[in-house]
Amino acid sequence: MNWMKYRLLYLAISAVAIGAGIFGLLTWGLRIGIDFKGGTILEYRFEEPVKEEDLKRFVGALDLELSSLEKTGENAYTMRISNLEPERKGIVEPFLERNLENNLEELRYESVGPSIGPDLIKKTLYAMGISAVLILLWVAIQFRSFKFGVSAVLAMFHDSMILVGSFALLGHFFGAEIDFLFVTAVLTILSFSVHDTIVVYDRIRETRKKVGGSMTEMANMAVSQTMVRSLNNSFTIIFMLAALLLLGGETIKWFAAALLIGTIAGTYSSPFVAVPILVTWDELQKKIKRS
Amino acid sequence: MPLSSPAKKLIGILFITLLALFISLPGDFTLLGRNFVRPDLDLKIGRFEFKKNFDLILGLDLAGGSHLVFEADTSKISADRVEDAVASVRNVIERRVNLFGVSEPVVQTSSFEGKERVIVELPGINNPREAAELIGKTAQLVFAEVEEASPSANFIPTDLTGADLSRADVVFDQTTGKPAVGLEFSQEGALKFEILTEKNIGKPVAIILDNELVSAPIVQEKIAGGQAQITGSFTLDEAKNLAIQLNAGALPVPVKLVEERTVGATLGADSVAKSVRAGLAGLAMVLLFMILSYGRLGLIAAVGLIIFGVLTLALYKLIPVVLTLPGIAGFLLSVGMAVDSNILIFERFKEERLKRPVADALEVSFGRAWDSIRDANIATLVTASILANPLDFSFLHTSGPVRGFAITLALGVAISLFTGIVVSRNLLRVFIREKKT
Repeated sequence: MNWMKYRLLYLAISAVAIGAGIFGLLTWGLRIGIDFKGGTILEYRFEEPVKEEDLKRFVGALDLELSSLEKTGENAYTMRISNLEPERKGIVEPFLERNLENNLEELRYESVGPSIGPDLIKKTLYAMGISAVLILLWVAIQFRSFKFGVSAVLAMFHDSMILVGSFALLGHFFGAEIDFLFVTAVLTILSFSVHDTIVVYDRIRETRKKVGGSMTEMANMAVSQTMVRSLNNSFTIIFMLAALLLLGGETIKWFAAALLIGTIAGTYSSPFVAVPILVTWDELQKKIKRS
Repeated sequence: MPLSSPAKKLIGILFITLLALFISLPGDFTLLGRNFVRPDLDLKIGRFEFKKNFDLILGLDLAGGSHLVFEADTSKISADRVEDAVASVRNVIERRVNLFGVSEPVVQTSSFEGKERVIVELPGINNPREAAELIGKTAQLVFAEVEEASPSANFIPTDLTGADLSRADVVFDQTTGKPAVGLEFSQEGALKFEILTEKNIGKPVAIILDNELVSAPIVQEKIAGGQAQITGSFTLDEAKNLAIQLNAGALPVPVKLVEERTVGATLGADSVAKSVRAGLAGLAMVLLFMILSYGRLGLIAAVGLIIFGVLTLALYKLIPVVLTLPGIAGFLLSVGMAVDSNILIFERFKEERLKRPVADALEVSFGRAWDSIRDANIATLVTASILANPLDFSFLHTSGPVRGFAITLALGVAISLFTGIVVSRNLLRVFIREKKT
């Protein structure tokens, strides 16, 4: 099948997906979690049912700014508060217990100072940079060409852009936050994306050795031969992640969602982003040489 | 009939799997109404003793506990002393935590772009606030003379400090019965204290803790013998904490709590239950999918996958890996990647079977698929190792969820290379070849 004939279509699909994400990023931005901007998360389980508005009212009475309130289980609520100093935390629990006439159990308490976030971002960027360079080198060496390395890394950034962009949308519509786990998901997707791309490249390498032919022909063959494998492999990963998303509980719900989006993007980008870039590059190179 | 080589290997694999299965079993469990207890390793061979506890170590987010990050204020000391000061902060904090009575605490330092931090992990603690206060106080104890001439009572610090103590204890004041802290000075300290009291008979001597006046008793007579008592208005807990702080020594620089994460044991147990359920459901779907798509081959992949699971769990216990919630996610993802090796081989097998006999096709598929399995998995291992940061580079993540995730992912990928190639390959060789020929 002549997959490479429809290169413009793939480009258009990617452009729409990334464009929607960029639109989201520019219009609403990302919802940054406390890991990066600092703040407090409190999760309480009450003995008796409570009304959300009562909870909001009493938290407000303590002069606390509640940036979100979420029901995270039976009589359990997660509150995100932007201005609770660690010293004042001790008063919240007895105050709520007394006013709501309800006993509560603290399930989780996270307090992050504003100095933590910037460091995490820097460390993550370093990790991303080092991974990208090493992967580029590894692919370039294994396939004896920089074209392979660069196009694999470009596909990798394509996937992370889709993932970040989709979280702008998910953040606006469903309250998904960018936290430490999201960053982990992005980094994982980098490796998954390359994993998948290498499988297709491997087929091109093999064909090049045995049969030869133009890059377009080899690419078409490789994409056809790996398509079922790519889909089946993604299905298995999607099964695992879907189970995690649906059954894994609140804490890792968005993490699983991020990995899921990344897996789908990663599967798509191998034959439809990395390989087309490779083929186009090869064609351009030949044209330049001829002229 | 002599056994073929793959069959021998298979027996080896079976043996390793059974061993791993034994290690993976929970400490004690009930099966079919009977209660089993799995013994831990406790061997003595001559002078050597092998002891290993096969319990899975759960991270704070699963077992419950507190993760505290303190930032040391090193602005007032010279740059070449920072390293020593931070190491000493770490040691003092470790002593305080141990005296406080937390089992298996982790205290580590992290230095990044001039920010010196100490990370403290306290498993299974239910009063994190108190622990944070205990750890975070500088606990700089100074005895001062009081200049009575000035109207605002000026304190003149002496060279008698917390460093001159040999021991501090909680005692009860003999007249009021209130909790107090009894001090025992070192030899030098006792001498300093004797001179101080001799010089100030009839005058108050101030006891100052972290720049705050605790008490200023009036000296009745010269005190020799090196014993003293601080009677402030302490509660019993405050007195206990002060005693711990004084015993562990003062922090050389002040620290500030910049991050605290506490997970209650209930939420942790809930997360464990949910992830196990999610993992089993996902695994069941993957197994079903493999069997439906690849038939008999899929069944063998399923067996390989179960072996993968058992081996991984056993390694978590042996290394040991501290399992966290992101770590579980890393494991689940590596299951997906483990299946991929099989899929690559099977898809290749489908192609090759059209060209040659089954047994040959199988070998060729393994050979051809190996290139892509190797290259692809090494790429994943590279990323996972950078995230796991095994060499503790300070410019990368040194703790936290990213690391927990990366360690299980890297382990999973490494084990999947083994099960994908060695286990599935020999299973297929034995079962496919011998049936068809």
